Amino acid sequence: MSSSAIFPNRNVLLLVAAIIVLLGSLLLPNAAYSQVDTFEFDTEEQQDRFRTLSDELRCPMCQNSSLSGSTGGVAEDLRREIHRMIMEGMSDSEIIQFMFERYGDFILFRPRLTAATVLLWFGPLLFLLIGGLFAFGIWRRARKITDSDTQLDKSQQERLQQLLGDKT
Amino acid sequence: MIPEVGSFSLILALCLSMILATLPIIGAYQNNFLWMSMARPLSAGVFVFLGISIAILAYAFVTDDFSVQFVAEHSNSLLPDRYKLTAVWGGHEGSFLLWTFMLAGWMLAVAIFSKSMPLEFVARVLGVLGFLITGYILFMLATSNPFDRIVPLPPVDGADLNSALQDFGFIIHPPTLYMGYVGFSVVFAFAMAALLSGKMDAAWARWCRPWANVAWAILTLGIALGSWWAYYELGWGGWWAWDPVENPPLITWLFGTALIHSLAATEKRGVFKAWTVLLAILAFAGSLLGTFITRSGLLTSVHAFASDPSRGFFILAILGITVGGALLLFAFRAPLMKSEFGFGLVSREILLLSNNVILVVAAASVFLGTLFPMVYQAITDELISIGPPYFNAIFIPLMALLALLLSIGPFTRWKRTSTSYLVQQLGKVALAALALGVVLPLLVTREISLPATMAVAIGSWIILAMLLDLVNKTANKATRLKGLRALSFSYYGMQMAHMGMAVMLLGVALTSSFSSERSVLLSPGQDVGLGNYVFQFEGTASVNGPNYVGEEATFTVFEEGEEIAILHPQRRIYLATNTPSTEMAIDAGFLRDLFITLGEQKEGDSWSMTIYVKPFVRWIWLGAIFMTFGGILAAVDKRYRRLRRKQTESNRSKDKSNSIGGELQPSS
Amino acid sequence: MSNFKFYLPVLGFVVVAIALWRGLFLDTKTLPSMLIDKPMPTFELTSVDGSGVSNSDLPDQIFLLNVWGSYCLPCLIEHPTLMRLSEEGEIPVVGVNYRDRQDLAIDWLADNGNPFAFSILDESGRFGIDLGVYGAPETYLVDADGVIRFRHVSVIDETVWQEQFLPAIAELRAEGT
Repeated sequence: MSSSAIFPNRNVLLLVAAIIVLLGSLLLPNAAYSQVDTFEFDTEEQQDRFRTLSDELRCPMCQNSSLSGSTGGVAEDLRREIHRMIMEGMSDSEIIQFMFERYGDFILFRPRLTAATVLLWFGPLLFLLIGGLFAFGIWRRARKITDSDTQLDKSQQERLQQLLGDKT
Repeated sequence: MIPEVGSFSLILALCLSMILATLPIIGAYQNNFLWMSMARPLSAGVFVFLGISIAILAYAFVTDDFSVQFVAEHSNSLLPDRYKLTAVWGGHEGSFLLWTFMLAGWMLAVAIFSKSMPLEFVARVLGVLGFLITGYILFMLATSNPFDRIVPLPPVDGADLNSALQDFGFIIHPPTLYMGYVGFSVVFAFAMAALLSGKMDAAWARWCRPWANVAWAILTLGIALGSWWAYYELGWGGWWAWDPVENPPLITWLFGTALIHSLAATEKRGVFKAWTVLLAILAFAGSLLGTFITRSGLLTSVHAFASDPSRGFFILAILGITVGGALLLFAFRAPLMKSEFGFGLVSREILLLSNNVILVVAAASVFLGTLFPMVYQAITDELISIGPPYFNAIFIPLMALLALLLSIGPFTRWKRTSTSYLVQQLGKVALAALALGVVLPLLVTREISLPATMAVAIGSWIILAMLLDLVNKTANKATRLKGLRALSFSYYGMQMAHMGMAVMLLGVALTSSFSSERSVLLSPGQDVGLGNYVFQFEGTASVNGPNYVGEEATFTVFEEGEEIAILHPQRRIYLATNTPSTEMAIDAGFLRDLFITLGEQKEGDSWSMTIYVKPFVRWIWLGAIFMTFGGILAAVDKRYRRLRRKQTESNRSKDKSNSIGGELQPSS
Repeated sequence: MSNFKFYLPVLGFVVVAIALWRGLFLDTKTLPSMLIDKPMPTFELTSVDGSGVSNSDLPDQIFLLNVWGSYCLPCLIEHPTLMRLSEEGEIPVVGVNYRDRQDLAIDWLADNGNPFAFSILDESGRFGIDLGVYGAPETYLVDADGVIRFRHVSVIDETVWQEQFLPAIAELRAEGT
C-alpha cells in the first residue's frame, strides 16, 4: 500500500514543481534592476549606502519619519550632508557618529547597544527562552497525562486477559 | 437641536448598557431567567441608540452644521459629500463613536447568532460587552463628546478635512480596521464568561472559534488596507513604518493568530485551556492599548490624534479595570482549567504550542520596541528612537521560523506522529523548495541574492507542502475531485490562510530586495529609464478639483520600446487650508508596480520627480486577502451550523425548565 | 507553588500600567541638545551684512545665540524680547540667520529692528546642523568661554526669559570668574 501511495504523490509533486519553474521563468520580468539615483554618486555601492543611511536616520523635526521619507527643512539638509560625507570617503559609522554628535540618540532609528538598551536588544531572545520554558513545562505535564493513559490501558488489558482467561 | 438629540441618544445608550452590564450577569449567578433574558433586547437597544447617534453626527456633517465643534474642525462646505460622511471618523471624537458603535454591532451579532448557546453563558457574554460599552460611552460623555457646540459664534465655514484623508483609502480602512480590532472584544467576553462561570469545556471552544476567526479575518483585512493606503497616499513606496500607532493592531493580530490556533487545540483535544483564555485577554488588551496610544498623546506619530492627557488617564482607567480585572480573575480561575488529554513530543499539539510561543514572543517584542522609548525617557530623561531597523531585525527571523514550522503542522496528527513519516513526506518538499529558491531568482535576475533565495525557498516550502497535503488528503476517495469536495471549509480555510501567509512573505521579501527608485529633474520631452522601463515626461496642465487646484503631469511609460501605460501624477493645493499635497500615479500590476510622484516646479517647465519600480509589492496585500478569505471560510464551516441547530432545540427547553422564572413560561 | 505562574500576567500588567501612567506626564516633543557643555562649533562664515565672522568675533561674556529666519512667524513674536535685551544691554545677542536669503534677512532686520550684535549667514543650514538645530526659533545660552550651556526651543518671551534663562545665567555667574 505504501509504495503505490508514494508513487502517484511523487510524480504529481514533480509535475507541479516543473510547472512552477516553467511558469515562473515565463512570467517574471527579465529585468536588471538598477538602484537609487537621488544625488550623483560614483558607484552603486555609494547609492545603496545613501539609501540605507537615509532610511535609518530619523527626521528631527517630523512626527516619526526617516530622512528618506521626509520633505523639506532639516531632512533635506541632512541628506545633503550624508551625500557629501559619502563622497568624502567617510564610513557609515563615521557618518552615524556625525549625526549622533549633533542630534543624539533621537536621530538613530537603530538604537545603539548600550548598557541601557541591552534589555531592548536581548529582550526578544529572553522572551523566546521564557516562552520555550513555559512550553516545555506544558509538554512535560501533557506527557504525564499520556503516560497515565497507557497505565489505564495496562490495567484494562489485564482485565481483558482475565475475562478471556475465564472464557477458555 | 438635532445634535443635542445625538448627545441624548448617547445617554440613553449609556443607561441601557449600564443595565446590561449588571442585571444579566447577576441573573446568571442567581439563575434568574428574567434577568438573563433581558440581555438580548438590551443589546439591541444599545445598538439602536448608538446607531441614532452616529447617524445624527453624519447628518450634521452632510448639512454643514458648523455649530458643532467636531464638524467645524473636520469639514468644509466645499468638501465632496462622500468625504463629509467619512469625516465622521476624521478625528478623535467621531472615530471613537464609530469604535463604540462597531462594538455595539458585534454585540448585536452575538445576541442574534447565539441561539445554540445556553442562556446563562450568553447573558454573561453580553453583560461583559455591555460593561465595555458603558466605559466607552462614559469616556465620550466625559471627555470627547462629538456633539459639543461652538458658542456663541459658530464659524462661517469649517477647517476642512486633512487633505491626506480625502481619499478612498480613508473611506474603507478605519471602519474595517475598527471592525476587526473591536471584534476581539467578543472573544474577550467569551473568555470572561468562562472565567466567571469557572467552567470551560469543548463546547466553549466550539462556540468561540467562529467569532475569533471572523474577527481575525477582518482585522487582517483592516491592517492590509491601512498598509495599501499608506503606500499610495504617502508617495514614497513605504507600506509599513513600525509607527507606534500601527504597531498595536499588529500586536492584537499576532495574539489573535495565536488565539485561533490555540482554540483549535482546545476544541479538538481540550488542551491549552488557560493559554487560550490568556490569549483572548491579551488580544483584547492590544485593542485597548491601541486606543490609548492613539488618543492620549503618549507617543509621537503621524497617526496620533491631538493629545489630551485627561483622555489618556480615562482610557488607562478602562484598561486597568477591564484587562487588570480579567487577568486577576485569570490568576484565580485558570488553575482549575486542566487539560484533559496528553500529547507526545512530536504531535500537532507541540506544533501549535510552538506556533503560539513564536507569535507571543513576536507580539511581546513589538510591544517592547513600541513602549521602550517612553520608559527610557521616564528613567534617563533622554530621548531615544526605535524604528524599522530594530523591528525588522527582530521580527523577520521570528516570522521565518514560524514559516518553517507552518508547513509541518497539517502533516502532524494529534497526540502522536511518527517522525519518520514527517521526514519522508516533507523531506521531498524541503529539497524542492531549496531547489526553487536557488534556481528561480537566478533565472530572473541573473545574480545571486541571498534574501531572494531564502524568500522563494520559504514561500515554496509552504505552498508545495500545502499541495502535497491536498494530494494526500484526496488519495483515498474514488476520484480526486470527490476527494476535494469531501474536504471541509475548515480545511480549505486553513490552507488558504497559510497560502496567504506565503504569498505575503514573498511579496515583502522580494519587494524589499528588488525595489528601485530614481529622483530626477525633467523638462517636457525628456525621459528617464529605470529597470526595463522608460518614463517620458510629456508636460503638465492645470487641474481644478472641487476643493483644490493643481498641476497634472502626463507621462508615457515604455517597456522595451512598447508603450504600456500613461500616468498622471498631480500636485495639488487645497483651497481651505492652503496645504499642498502630492497625488502619485501608479501603474499597478500583479508582478510589479510603477509609480511617479511629482516634486516641485523648478526653472521654466522642469519638474523634480521620483520614479519607482516595485516588484511583487501587490503580493503583500494579495496574501492578506487570501488570509481574510481563509479565516471566513473556516468560520462558516458546516460543522458549526449543524451542531448549532441541534443545540438550539435542546437549549430552548433546557433554559426554561432549569431556571427560576422560566418555569412560569408555558413550555413550547 | 505552581499556581504562582498564573499571577505573572497580572503582575506584568501592573508594571505596564504604571509605565503607561508615568508616560502620560512626559514631554516627548522637545529634543534635548547634544551640545550642552560643549564648545561652540568652529565657523568661518559671513554675516548678514557681508563682513566675515568667526569664533573670535563672539562676545567675551555670557551671550545669547538666536536662530531665526525672515520666514519664521514665532521669530517675529519673540523679536520684541530680543530687542529689549539688546537695547537695555542686559546680554549680547548673536543671531544665526538659518536657511534664509540674505536680501530677505536684511529687509526683515530693517523693517523690524536689529537686536543682534551680528547675524551669521547660514543659507544652506550647514552651520545649523553643527549646532543640532531642527527648526527656528531656537535660543542658546553660551558662556564667556564659548561653551554652550543651555538651549531653549521655540519662542523666548519675557516669561521664558524670567523663568528659565535668568536662573541659568545666575548659576553661570556664580561658578565662573
